[in-house]
Amino acid sequence: MAMRKGADVIVETLLKEGVDVIFGIPGGANMEIYDALYRINKIKHILARHEQGAGHMAEGYAKASGKVGVALATSGPGATNLITAIADAYMDSVPVVFLTGQVPTFLIGNDAFQEVDIVGMTRPVTKHNFLVKKIEDLPLMIRQAFYIAKTGRPGPVLVDIPKDITQTMTDVEIPSDEEVINSLPGYKPHIEGNPQQIKRAAQLILEAKRPVLYVGGGAVAAEANAEITELAELMKIPVTTTNMGKGAFDERHPLSLRMLGMHGTYYANMAVYHSDLLIAVGSRFDDRVTGKVDEFAPFAKIIHIDIDPASISKNITVDVPIVGDIRSVLVRLIEEIKNKNSKIVHEEERKAWLEQIDAWKKAYPLSYKPSDKVIKPQFVIEALYDVTEGNAIITTGVGQHQMWSAMFYKYSFPRQFINSGGLGTMGFGLPAGIGAKVARPDKDVFIIDGDGSFLMTMQELITAAHYNIPIKVIIVNNAYYGMVRQWQELFYNKRYSEVDLSFQPDFVKLAEACGAVGMRTDNPKELKDVLLKAKNIEDKPVLVEVIVDREENCLPMVPAGKSYKDMLLSDGKNVEAETMYLVG
Amino acid sequence: MEAVNGRPKREIKKGETRKHIISILVNNEFGVLARIATLIAGKGYNIESLSVGDTSEANLSRITIEVKGDDVVIDQMIKQLRRLIDTIKVRDLTDVPRVERELMLIKLHAPSHKERDEILRIAQIFRGKVVDISQDSIMIELTGDSEKIKAFLNLVRPFGIKEMATTGKITLKRESVAEETQD
Ligand SMILES: Cc1ncc(C[n+]2csc(CCOP(=O)(O)OP(=O)(O)O)c2C)c(N)n1
Ligand SMILES: [Mg+2]
Repeated sequence: MAMRKGADVIVETLLKEGVDVIFGIPGGANMEIYDALYRINKIKHILARHEQGAGHMAEGYAKASGKVGVALATSGPGATNLITAIADAYMDSVPVVFLTGQVPTFLIGNDAFQEVDIVGMTRPVTKHNFLVKKIEDLPLMIRQAFYIAKTGRPGPVLVDIPKDITQTMTDVEIPSDEEVINSLPGYKPHIEGNPQQIKRAAQLILEAKRPVLYVGGGAVAAEANAEITELAELMKIPVTTTNMGKGAFDERHPLSLRMLGMHGTYYANMAVYHSDLLIAVGSRFDDRVTGKVDEFAPFAKIIHIDIDPASISKNITVDVPIVGDIRSVLVRLIEEIKNKNSKIVHEEERKAWLEQIDAWKKAYPLSYKPSDKVIKPQFVIEALYDVTEGNAIITTGVGQHQMWSAMFYKYSFPRQFINSGGLGTMGFGLPAGIGAKVARPDKDVFIIDGDGSFLMTMQELITAAHYNIPIKVIIVNNAYYGMVRQWQELFYNKRYSEVDLSFQPDFVKLAEACGAVGMRTDNPKELKDVLLKAKNIEDKPVLVEVIVDREENCLPMVPAGKSYKDMLLSDGKNVEAETMYLVG
Repeated sequence: MEAVNGRPKREIKKGETRKHIISILVNNEFGVLARIATLIAGKGYNIESLSVGDTSEANLSRITIEVKGDDVVIDQMIKQLRRLIDTIKVRDLTDVPRVERELMLIKLHAPSHKERDEILRIAQIFRGKVVDISQDSIMIELTGDSEKIKAFLNLVRPFGIKEMATTGKITLKRESVAEETQD
């Protein structure tokens, strides 16, 4: 191997990993890497305007493509600016490799200029992280980072690279796949599901009277959507997905219950509440899903299929835990069911169960009061669904607009709905949308953002304009931190403390100033036309400001820490008063 | 389907809170201990004792941790410890037959012959070693399990402890089923 700089080794290793794009910002400590990118000139680089933006772009890229995203920052402030994105990727199990420059090894620990202990700071929010101390370790550690990020339960991995390492001349070889795997004896990401447990699960499914599939982001990561659909159709099991699980099962399918949990549908929450068998697939019983844990699915036996042993029985004790790759477990589960001739034991009860669910769907579909005078925020999402024929990739910020996007757009393919689920990071939408569009230039990418969320990373509109990335930002402008206002209305007696955003920029002018196209509407009759016009702009980013009914609430809602039986419905009624307790 | 009243509840498993002793085989690399400590601190638990040392393999270390906590939470913590890339093997040895040792150095007030003789006698019974002696003090080295150390401490406390230090516990799973003999 010829002698070359450490920085060149980094680029070679990234090429070996198949990296085609990096999102980042240069600085003193990573300049050698930037120089190597310039000289070797084989990897596209998107210059973000803030490292948080670069991080979310890498996440959006990874979430939309299933490949590992890469973000690059300098030491000190560059690295600390990445932390929100790193934590976000950790919470949502997104495979991203974060590369940071570091001060030279001989200055580490000296409070040198732009030195922070980023490895120490990110330890609790990375799947793993590395500080490269010897040039010989450099290509191995980068390759390990990719391997760890994308296998098992995916997640972010950070590699901190001191400047002198990037400058050292070396003839180190890029290690082979085998060497990478052998160098990680404590890491065994490939787990086979226990056959005995799979048998038990099959039996429970055949014997169940009121089964529900509860599908999370793990199913999307494992690309198990076909198997989920096969299982659901074979056994006629209704399917609810979490926010992260959307797209693992077509929401237009008659067996779909849409989303469950705090802002889930009435019928999903009722079905889960009354089920006698809950089959959790790649989901983690998050508190936004379960509400009050001891009243979550109180009649159900639980089967939990997950790649991560630490997720099983974490929040809720399960009856049949199956640790393993979700897709291969489902394949074997389906085989096992077919071996038993797919014979459902309680045909009558199962029929009645599906009828009951249909009755729930009819009683409380997702709804809102339409208006022809003001634009209802829910209508924005519905209109966008129509205009895009349900085919766009949607990313969002965090707040009411995010939950309306989850409710009123029907997702039909995996990786279609990209948002910040676990961390709930305002400002995620725009940069993630840019990353998604870079990964999927063939798709329309719409960013449904809040007026508050947008401002947190709005500088990335300049990035989108710089590279002519034709993303479409729809600002659902209620001039409020709407979700916080809603909680203040419902739980703090309308004391609206610090949520009014009516002092705001002229979003159209702002878009134009950033090099994007700006549009505005407050007219429900022209909304679809405006959205269609935005959709058809292919050479520039577009921002559409939609002025909506300010104090609309996002319902139904299960108040935090309450049970599904305390759900608030869109007509102001309460579930407890509305339903009977149905027990088979 | 029939209607029932009241709010049916799911049973939530709750564990007993007690001391756990966890043995962790790790890659001998920088930052491993910090990773483990971060994870345990993240649960709001305090590490009661800790020892880190070599194993028969050059690139592996054994970390033994004593931590008080709820059985269910500790079980979850162990799964998360296993998930760390640098941990090779994690075992909860709390309910496993095992040999357990810690080492204590203790400096006692001994201003006259009388006290020195008495301390020496106690030390002898406990197979302690005298490692230093001066005009008015005596230092003993003692190894054993925590019961033995505690019993010794109870006996010598009246003399007045000037200073003491104990190591963290180290422990290995016992292969034989015979009772442990006092050494
Ligand atoms: C970075 C960050 N800061 C604060 C919050 C708390 N928070 C959650 S939703 C929300 C309001 C969001 O406002 P906006 O983006 O306008 O969305 P809306 O709810 O109005 O649709 C806030 C402040 C958060 N999730 N993330
Ligand atoms: Mg708002």
